[in-house]
Amino acid sequence: MTQTRSTGARFVNVGERTNVTGSAAFKKLVLAGDYARAVEVARQQVENGAQVIDVNMDEGLLDAVHAMTTFLKLIAAEPDIARVPVMIDSSKWEVIEAGLKCVSGKPIVNSISMKEGEAAFLDHARLCMDYGAAVVVMAFDEAGQADSRARKLEICRRAYALLTGIGFPPEDIIFDPNIFAVATGIEEHDRYALDFIEAAAEIRASCPHVHISGGLSNLSFSFRGNETVRRAMHSVFLYHAIPAGMDMAIVNAGQLDIYDAIDPALREACEDVILNRPVDGGESATERLIALAESYKGKDAATEKAEEEWRTRDVTARLEHALVKGIDGFIVEDTEEARAAIAARGGRPIEVIEGPLMAGMNTVGDLFGSGRMFLPQVVKSARVMKKAVAHLIPFIEAGKDAGARSKGRIVMATVKGDVHDIGKNIVGVVLQCNGYEVIDLGVMVPWSKILDTAKAEDVDIIGLSGLITPSLDEMVTVAEEMQRAGFAIPLLIGGATTSKVHTALRIDPAYDGPVVHVLDASRAVGVASQLLSDTQRDGFVHATAQDYAHVRAVRAGKGQSELLTLAEARDNGFTPDFRDKAPPPEAPGLHVFADWDLADLVRCIDWTPFFRAWELAGTWPAILSDEVVGESATALFEDAQAMLARIVGEKWFTARGVVGLWPCARHGDDVVVNLEEERHVRFPFLRQQVRKSRAKNGEGRANYCLADFIDPAGDWIGGFAVGIHGIEPHLERFRADHDDYSDILLKALADRFAEAFAERLHQHVRTTLWAYAPGEQLTNEALIREQYRGIRPAPGYPACPDHSLKPLLFDLLDAGTNAGLTLTESQAMLPTAAVSGFYFGHPQSEYFGVARIGRDQLADYAARRGIDVGMAERWLRPNLD
Amino acid sequence: MSAREALLAAAAQRILITDGAFGTEIQRCKLGEADYAGDLGLARDQKGNNDILALTRPSVPEAIHRAYFEAGADIAETNTFSANRISQADYGAEHLVREINLASARLARRVADEFTRRDGRPRFVAGAIGPTNKTLSLSPDVNDPGFREIDWDTLVDVYHQQAAALVEGGADFILIETVFDTLNAKAGIMAVKRLEAELAGEVPIMLSMTLTDLSGRNLSGHTVEAFWHAVRHARPVTIGLNCSFGATQLRPHVKVLSEIADTLIMVYPNAGLPNELGEYDEMPDTTAALVGEWAEHGQVNILGGCCGSTPAHIAAMASAVAGLAPRRLPKLAPVTRLAGLEPFVMGG
Repeated sequence: MTQTRSTGARFVNVGERTNVTGSAAFKKLVLAGDYARAVEVARQQVENGAQVIDVNMDEGLLDAVHAMTTFLKLIAAEPDIARVPVMIDSSKWEVIEAGLKCVSGKPIVNSISMKEGEAAFLDHARLCMDYGAAVVVMAFDEAGQADSRARKLEICRRAYALLTGIGFPPEDIIFDPNIFAVATGIEEHDRYALDFIEAAAEIRASCPHVHISGGLSNLSFSFRGNETVRRAMHSVFLYHAIPAGMDMAIVNAGQLDIYDAIDPALREACEDVILNRPVDGGESATERLIALAESYKGKDAATEKAEEEWRTRDVTARLEHALVKGIDGFIVEDTEEARAAIAARGGRPIEVIEGPLMAGMNTVGDLFGSGRMFLPQVVKSARVMKKAVAHLIPFIEAGKDAGARSKGRIVMATVKGDVHDIGKNIVGVVLQCNGYEVIDLGVMVPWSKILDTAKAEDVDIIGLSGLITPSLDEMVTVAEEMQRAGFAIPLLIGGATTSKVHTALRIDPAYDGPVVHVLDASRAVGVASQLLSDTQRDGFVHATAQDYAHVRAVRAGKGQSELLTLAEARDNGFTPDFRDKAPPPEAPGLHVFADWDLADLVRCIDWTPFFRAWELAGTWPAILSDEVVGESATALFEDAQAMLARIVGEKWFTARGVVGLWPCARHGDDVVVNLEEERHVRFPFLRQQVRKSRAKNGEGRANYCLADFIDPAGDWIGGFAVGIHGIEPHLERFRADHDDYSDILLKALADRFAEAFAERLHQHVRTTLWAYAPGEQLTNEALIREQYRGIRPAPGYPACPDHSLKPLLFDLLDAGTNAGLTLTESQAMLPTAAVSGFYFGHPQSEYFGVARIGRDQLADYAARRGIDVGMAERWLRPNLD
Repeated sequence: MSAREALLAAAAQRILITDGAFGTEIQRCKLGEADYAGDLGLARDQKGNNDILALTRPSVPEAIHRAYFEAGADIAETNTFSANRISQADYGAEHLVREINLASARLARRVADEFTRRDGRPRFVAGAIGPTNKTLSLSPDVNDPGFREIDWDTLVDVYHQQAAALVEGGADFILIETVFDTLNAKAGIMAVKRLEAELAGEVPIMLSMTLTDLSGRNLSGHTVEAFWHAVRHARPVTIGLNCSFGATQLRPHVKVLSEIADTLIMVYPNAGLPNELGEYDEMPDTTAALVGEWAEHGQVNILGGCCGSTPAHIAAMASAVAGLAPRRLPKLAPVTRLAGLEPFVMGG
């Protein structure tokens, strides 16, 4: 039987910043004796994802033994740092041995070699075995350092034979076959990178279980000062060396580029140099990379020049350029110049808006409409527009000028009980960019206020938004009240849980005026313009109404999958193998996290949904190089990174969370949590009732219920709630600055932090608190793909659609006190960036959608939940249609 | 057959039993200062210096060894937990370290051999080495986290002196136990390696970690798996857990260790958690049932007791696991097992 508990890392990043030979900043700190800040460098490295930290104190002005032992003892006192293994790096054995006497885990020694002959080599290797350390073996022998493929291979094979001959475990040998600088202009150096890559493959093949490592910075030594080229070279090198068998590198992990995101011309030039490929034309690969590198060196200068050029154009062109490019740096002075010019010839300030500004926004609208510009840029353009308008308003008011005629006036609101407004804000911005006047009532707006405003402001359209399922019912209420109040203006419906089907089935019949579901922000302008057009309105309204009637007809006809009775569904429930259930937690009960490190969460961010919030389609990180949206996504990502740096650096947010791990047992479709003192809390769950088709092998799929994953004979369940606090003052600032772009960006990032916190906390629970997977070591990608054991379903989501379980969960967690979270009447969480849910630890637990349920289960559920059927119907409406 | 081979052979047949507490057993003898001090003429009070009884009242440890063997133990642990220069300095007895260890090991050896002669079943002597009260990994001064009360070379010398005397006195193994600081244990391993080089023969090591918090870490912060990675180079004949808490609290950690360690698992927990008076009151049958569960799940090879356990506890354990199959050793993939405070695995 072969088993290992921890999943092994395939490629190991060794942090290089705590190395005086590689980091001038670190050297300065150590030379100055500022060990407190030197320790922080180590902490940052671990936070940035270094899996091992390299410590090197080889500096002529230092007492290296003293510096090494001092530093190692200090980081031993820092659990955040000491959790990862250390690489003790020195060319002097006495420094290494002094380090070995201070390191309590199992470190790596970097390095030993046959430079001084076999006897010294084996002597050091034996000591490493006695101290309990893995070793990096440099490809170095009595004759010198190996440069060619053959020499690298010869030395490593000889070292391998010697080491295994004294019983050194082969898996604890890491060969460093020397990465040397390429593109030096010396022909003998041209094969250095390729030799390393080829030798790596051969060493791995002939020396079983060993690893291959190397220091990357040497490779690009010729391009010192040109970071773009150096990073590209490192990424390209790893792209080829890793498949060949290199599985460790000493590298600044935060500074590796994504291979696919490198400029193709540069990437190819790097590839030619590293793989020593012949190049067409007269010049060599090296010459070409050097020539190309010049252009990257000068890239910043060239961009600056282009930036300066547009400043020389006339003011109308400058305003248009600023709007299209979203540059707000000069907008106030340019707007003022335009206003002054118009005033000089007797014009009114409003003409600035009606003339150059609207012309610029029209260009933006056209580009967006034709798919050549994307939401993030549009929102940036809107920011520029708002600033320009804000500058003009005092002049307009002073002149008692009549307002510009907008294309239409729209009132927008996130409905009562819901707090989500990113999508609504984006739609608002897009409409404003296209000449509509938007009155934004904000979030949690009761129907009465929406209707009052619509009347008082004589609006042309009402737009409703919502993210959580209870908001769907609230939208029906707004429609009913509009009907009662005799409204006839169009009602637009948008938001993540809204759908054409729900709009057609529930909202449209409640209101005689036009009701239109708007799928995303890019459709909003088209819908609004047709609804307010004299010529197109009737046709559009009629077509939409017919479309919805058709949806209702199809729905009424059939088309719905067959439901089992609740009893049949229960008979076809899922039975996991409870021999595999998770053991009791190591740390049962409540755990409160008052201030989780934001930098730690940044590493766990799943970026794909971030881009989706901006309606950029694609998967991270490929989206950055996507042919269509790549440029837009990259610009957005850069802005997001800049804001992240401030969020973390200036600590804009506080991540608060609470976890509870409780004993429980399954009772039917309920999970009963057993607290101390005979206190029990019952969580009723819903079961899939749709009849399952049979798989090809004749085996039917089960009708799942979350309770199925819990052992009736006794088991454990967890709960959690996390929230990101502190966003408000920053939003205030952005609003005061007419900066919708930053406002939306910050909210979108807060959501990402909440999700990342939920993911990170789940990991902490799996490895440490519940600890049923203590050895789990997943990459961030694997985390995002949820390649771990156990699930964390949230109330209000498909496996557990009843939002009203949240108050029960919040009570158990005391989420108000412990995480500062509250619930609205629709069970939306405040602050908005928040996640809560349950933990199920069984390896066979999985996500599923409850989907449609029958009246029998509704009645049964209401009884189990202790509420009347009408109330249950309200909460579960989306599952009843 | 070497001691390692003999132990592995016996452990392949059945679950073995090591002994129980010494400290709490000695307390029950209600010895006075004169019993401890004997006629050694030491300047300081000796009451509480349990290890020195090997010189002053050898009948006390001998009777305890005898009681545990009669209860069914296969292994005797020498009464030498504090018989090192650092701990004995507190009693002004550091010059007697060699004598104490030599006498303790001889005494345990004699009783063990006597029981083996009686029934032919092999009995083993594990020379016990405690952690000392100094730590290599932690600073006792909160304002100076880089400070250490002791250095590696000193601690290696201290352990080497004790281990040499124990082996000379007849110990089969060196048991580095109650490891609260992993680096101390690594120094202990280095001391034994040095002794092996001097003796030109193997001195098999047993290692036993103690947990200081329920999440499963020792005082130096290592998880059970990280500890295993950090000491695996010792090729220990047993690895396990002792002291810490009771069997209930150790359960998840025993399971983890049993899955990752390719050597024998030896666990000897306390008899539950101490009550308000600091006494251990878990009944023998209770402890035996708890450790019996591990045995039923195939997670252990050797069981015994630590603080608060008595010959009655050992007898109850022996009967609880009699006839149960011993844990089979997993074969580990040759991957690189590194560790900080947490384990890190490369490859595989």
